[in-house]
Amino acid sequence: MAVSLLKVENLSHSFKLTKKLSIMAVKNVSFDIRHGEILGLVGESGSGKSTIARCVMNIYKNQAGRIIFDGIDCTDKAEFKAGKKKLQRERQLIFQDNASSLNQRMKVCDIIAEPMRIHHIKPKHGTYLDEAAFQLKYVGMDESYLNKYPSELSGGQRQRVAIARAVSMEPKLLVADEPIASLDVSIQAQIINLFKHLRAEHGFSILFIAHDLSMVRYLCDRVGVMYRGNLVELAATEELYLNPLHPYTKALMSAIPIPDPILEKSRKRIDFDNISYSPSGKFTEVLPGHFVLN
Amino acid sequence: MGNILEIKNLSVSIEGSGGKVQAVRDVSLSLREGEVLAIVGESGCGKSMLCKSIMHLLPKSAGIESGSIIVNGMDISHYTEREMRKLRGKLFSMIFQDPMTVLDPTMTVGAQIEEAVIHSNRKLSRTQRHRRVIELMELVGIERAEERYKLYPYNFSGGMRQRSVMAMALAGNPRILLADEPTTALDVTIQAQIIDLLRDIQQKLNTATILVSHDLGVVARAADRVAIMYAGKIVEIGTAEEIYYDPRHPYTWGLMRSLPAFSKGQDKLNTIPGMPPTLIDPPKGDSFACRNQYALAIDYEEAPPMFKVSDTHYAATWLLDPRAPKIERPVGGRLNGSVLT
Repeated sequence: MAVSLLKVENLSHSFKLTKKLSIMAVKNVSFDIRHGEILGLVGESGSGKSTIARCVMNIYKNQAGRIIFDGIDCTDKAEFKAGKKKLQRERQLIFQDNASSLNQRMKVCDIIAEPMRIHHIKPKHGTYLDEAAFQLKYVGMDESYLNKYPSELSGGQRQRVAIARAVSMEPKLLVADEPIASLDVSIQAQIINLFKHLRAEHGFSILFIAHDLSMVRYLCDRVGVMYRGNLVELAATEELYLNPLHPYTKALMSAIPIPDPILEKSRKRIDFDNISYSPSGKFTEVLPGHFVLN
Repeated sequence: MGNILEIKNLSVSIEGSGGKVQAVRDVSLSLREGEVLAIVGESGCGKSMLCKSIMHLLPKSAGIESGSIIVNGMDISHYTEREMRKLRGKLFSMIFQDPMTVLDPTMTVGAQIEEAVIHSNRKLSRTQRHRRVIELMELVGIERAEERYKLYPYNFSGGMRQRSVMAMALAGNPRILLADEPTTALDVTIQAQIIDLLRDIQQKLNTATILVSHDLGVVARAADRVAIMYAGKIVEIGTAEEIYYDPRHPYTWGLMRSLPAFSKGQDKLNTIPGMPPTLIDPPKGDSFACRNQYALAIDYEEAPPMFKVSDTHYAATWLLDPRAPKIERPVGGRLNGSVLT
């Protein structure tokens, strides 16, 4: 496989609660994303998935570790400054709450064209409006939506607009922070299909954060499992789902609902007791490409 | 087992700026004592409105147009607010989707549960009330209840908040529990725990439960019977086994096929094309027709009646008419072991 696009090394981040007390949201996390790969990140709420996404996007200033994007060390001030334009163009973020991530007072066409205006990019298809129409069509909505406001759209449509805005910059890395969590099942499937289609067309890498394991299995090439700020397991998708090694991963797998009442009712859920969990393990490669914390 | 709740030809509409929205259209269903009935459908299908109209918690602009709601043999569809207040909490109570908006952030969780206890029985002494709160908290699986009695909602995780809301709902020993998307705001492991808890409580206290969800996968674990709702109508109803192994309505097929478990090894996930119709002016005929790849000509002309598949299984689709072409159902049946792994 080609060299990795994004390399995260020993990333740690903590939040201050009071003067003395702070919470380690992310502890010593390392992973990499290759060119054109979709890496899934799963875990319960509060496990630090979103913090990683925000560190990768330089929204949070990370306190320890390095993040190297396409040869640029984002954590280094001088290097970040020199490559700021490139970094801001080539990494794009999609938020979970699509209602608050789109400006309520802007029309869809302005929302999609805004990043192009900011970066002074000449639209490929004539005017900004034409470009916005093209991008919108690309994510499966027609031109009649261009002059609408976000409040006139449904949740799935708003998420598509957010995706169109991110894709309009032709990024190399798309960070999607729970993009499907607040959507209906059939709309979720539509958005997942869209991600797959975009990846095939553009060939960009995606860091896909979710807690819906069945969707992650469908979309991602590799999956990392987070628990309390630690990355406890990282492996290729099928390998992870067929052969989970960490006890937390096993508990997580047993919580995936199966649409079969007899099977589902007879199945036992594995509970993960956090007493037996020790965070002070080492992240080691057990099988080729399969990392576990133990 | 008798029916504890019976809804007959219920229609609910909301007065909006664009006209009247017919949120619930001619719904009839019954809930037996001690069973879990799941109502599944996309958002905007009227699931929540149905629950709220049972509780008489509709917004001011909405009202029951016609039909009757019979609880325990009494028709409550014309009850006044004062009469309803006596029933809420004792006969039925409701759990909402987002526990943070239900809980008061300025009160301790214990005090809030105690409020519900006071509402259910005013005669209890202070120590009795306290004991009852601890008992309820333990019932819903909050460990170390004595310590947590004094904590505030912001100290609790999402799952714990939902458990506290459940404790409040169960304070008056309700006969019917309405759970409106209780797990949507939670992640997978907690979701499974809450569903197990619902099932557990239903078996311990023999409470009849209506579980509203948009995910057929989640519902499989808890439901005895499943009703599929689309555009304000119930389009298919049956026991869980019948719905999962022998679905008949194209909309049920669509919902099931969009679950990733059924798309394994495929290049694309299956989706239902289009959006649910707005219910201001519902389309003529079957409202699912324009999204239905199996639609027949008659679907655009006349709404299908409920066809009987078995004694417990009904579906509203013209495909069940003897004159309709035979269509192999594209989904359903027992899943083989491969999905498990």
